Amino acid sequence: MTPAVPLGAFIAVSAVLFFIGCAGVLTRRNAVVILMSVELMLNAANLALVAFSRRFGSTDERGSVFVVFVFVVAAAEVAVGLAIVLSAYRTRPVVNVDEAHAMRG
Amino acid sequence: MTAAEVAQVTGTFVPFVWLIAAFPLAAFFINGLFGKRWLGHATGPIAAGAIGASALLSIGVFMDVVRGATSTTVTLYRWIGVGDFSVNVAALVDPLSSVMLLVVTIVSFLVHVYSIGYMEHDRGFYRFFTWLPLFVFAMLILVLADNYLLMFVGWEGVGLCSYLLIGFWFERPEPQYAAKKAFVMNRIGDWGFTIGMIVTFLVFGSLNFTQVFEKVEIAEQGVLGLICLAFFLGATGKSAQLPLYSWLPDAMEGPTPVSALIHAATMVTAGVYLVARSTPLFEAAGPVLIVIGAVGAATALFAATIALVQTDIKRVMAYSTVSQLGYMFLALGVGAPIAAIFHLATHAFFKALLFLGSGSVIHAMGGEQDMRKMGGLRAKMPLTYWTMLIAGGALAALPPLAGFWSKDEIVGAAFLGGFPILWAVGVFTGGLTAFYVTRALWLTFHGEPRDHHLYDHAHESPRLMTVPLIVLAVGSVLAGFIGFPPEDGFIHRFLPAALYPHGHEVHHPQLAVIAALAAASVAAGLVGIFIGLSMYARRRPDPAAVRRAAGPIHRVLVNKYYVDELLDRRFVDLSKAFAGAAWAFDAHIIDGIVNRIGWAFGLAGSGARRLQTGFVGNYALSIVAGVLAIIVLYGGYAAGILRR
Repeated sequence: MTPAVPLGAFIAVSAVLFFIGCAGVLTRRNAVVILMSVELMLNAANLALVAFSRRFGSTDERGSVFVVFVFVVAAAEVAVGLAIVLSAYRTRPVVNVDEAHAMRG
Repeated sequence: MTAAEVAQVTGTFVPFVWLIAAFPLAAFFINGLFGKRWLGHATGPIAAGAIGASALLSIGVFMDVVRGATSTTVTLYRWIGVGDFSVNVAALVDPLSSVMLLVVTIVSFLVHVYSIGYMEHDRGFYRFFTWLPLFVFAMLILVLADNYLLMFVGWEGVGLCSYLLIGFWFERPEPQYAAKKAFVMNRIGDWGFTIGMIVTFLVFGSLNFTQVFEKVEIAEQGVLGLICLAFFLGATGKSAQLPLYSWLPDAMEGPTPVSALIHAATMVTAGVYLVARSTPLFEAAGPVLIVIGAVGAATALFAATIALVQTDIKRVMAYSTVSQLGYMFLALGVGAPIAAIFHLATHAFFKALLFLGSGSVIHAMGGEQDMRKMGGLRAKMPLTYWTMLIAGGALAALPPLAGFWSKDEIVGAAFLGGFPILWAVGVFTGGLTAFYVTRALWLTFHGEPRDHHLYDHAHESPRLMTVPLIVLAVGSVLAGFIGFPPEDGFIHRFLPAALYPHGHEVHHPQLAVIAALAAASVAAGLVGIFIGLSMYARRRPDPAAVRRAAGPIHRVLVNKYYVDELLDRRFVDLSKAFAGAAWAFDAHIIDGIVNRIGWAFGLAGSGARRLQTGFVGNYALSIVAGVLAIIVLYGGYAAGILRR
């Protein structure tokens, strides 16, 4: 049996991925890139879930099953997000989210 | 179950007594909702028909009561129930209320018919025939009520309708002012009524007439006196007695049929009815009665003297009404409520007739009310003249007209009750009454026409107006015979069942005494008529000369003893100043606090508005910040770094 990769390594990668995604969401202005960053954050969470599932859930694969659900929701979210971006692009041909601030109070 | 609820319903028509009130209410709704757009002049016959139905049913109820249904409670529903205390919407049908029903509905019906002719050219026709049935409804509630609270509902209802109808021609300022004055002065009386009800409730634990009167002996005389004085204050407001009388003459700004119905025949007698209804209380209260008698006598004399010099035909009648109401209170004060109700009934007929006759004259003169511009109308308006002459004779208490029997009984009761001063005032006022009614009728109908332009256009009123006059004239002749023979007539055997539930000793004075007393008051009346005819028909002495000779007295009378001015200075100005201060407090303190609070929230809102930037990045940042805060806090607690 190959030596197990320690759980901490998975979690570290997951955390790094998550903060990269988070920074992307906060700093980028292109709506498509923001969506990609969100995906990054979701997958960071997925990585953490499967890691915990493998480490603790040897008889029970609930964590992995949960990840499958997250895939589905993420796909739906991307579809909706891209649809919004597309329709926003039709009214105004930019993808820069800072240009769309009609809701300012 | 209370005694009132157990009381069994008897008679053919008595169970349907509420229909009497329902007809006018229905007419009110129909005319009020559909009158303006669809019904137009049909509102008049609708209202008159409804009141006519009420009048027929009232006659039926009255016959039932005569046949022996002397005290029946017809409960519609329970209105207020708190523990043992309950107030029902229930009618107390007994001799007193059935007599009142009869007077109210019959006079109302005749006035409605008359009004169809009188108001024909008025733009507010439908409005008139909306308020008038509402008034009748409220008056019937007042009369039918079996407890003080429901009576108060009717009491306030008639006050409201009085306000609406005095201010009927609201385009002019005087009716507005008169309506407000009537309403405010009535409020003072209503305050007394309310105090009376509260004390009654505290003492007896009930407001039901029957229950209160059953327990009358549990109250101390002082408390009873307080209750009675409070109710009497209410009565002075509604029935225009001193010191709250001055709204009634001003109420003549309303249409004349309103003056006839509300301000002569029905509403203003509500105070008399209230006191008569509470006879067991007033009898037990004892000394308070003297106050009522004195106030009544003073009002009778006071108003009659003012009536001597008035030149507006309706104002003469108004002061006459105040004076006659004074007689009724005089009767109540000397312990003769039967005489008071008797006079109430006869007065309703002949005073309504005098007002409607005046209205007929005013109608013919194109709205002119000043008697100095009339004269000689007898030839042009024979029907109006003859009917008014009958009513005038009844007012002057000439036998055998209605007023003679009832007023004589009052004056006689004062003498026999041991109040010679009140008797003297009554007889003297009778002389004054005869004088001013003679003067009014002479100035209007006899002599030379003083304004030929108006005279040439004068004409007898249409049939719709003269027929009610004739019916009322018949009533003014015959109504007195319900009290014949004196002290032992129909009404004297009929009413005691309602007035004295505990029984009452009847003492029959000798016929010779009655005859002597009657002769004295008839003599006073004849002297009054003689002086009136002598002054105005033969100018001996000439009225103008009398006026000059009596200079200051005449001036005081013309100015109505300066009572209005006095009230203005003493009370009205004071309360206006108080109202102004209250307004300032309201505007600056109460409204100020509310406005400041609103302003603070507005400020906070405009500050919070900046949070919504519209930049997606800012929202995302705040989400991240929030998540981080949760993590730090939760992690802190979990690690034990932070403590709760």
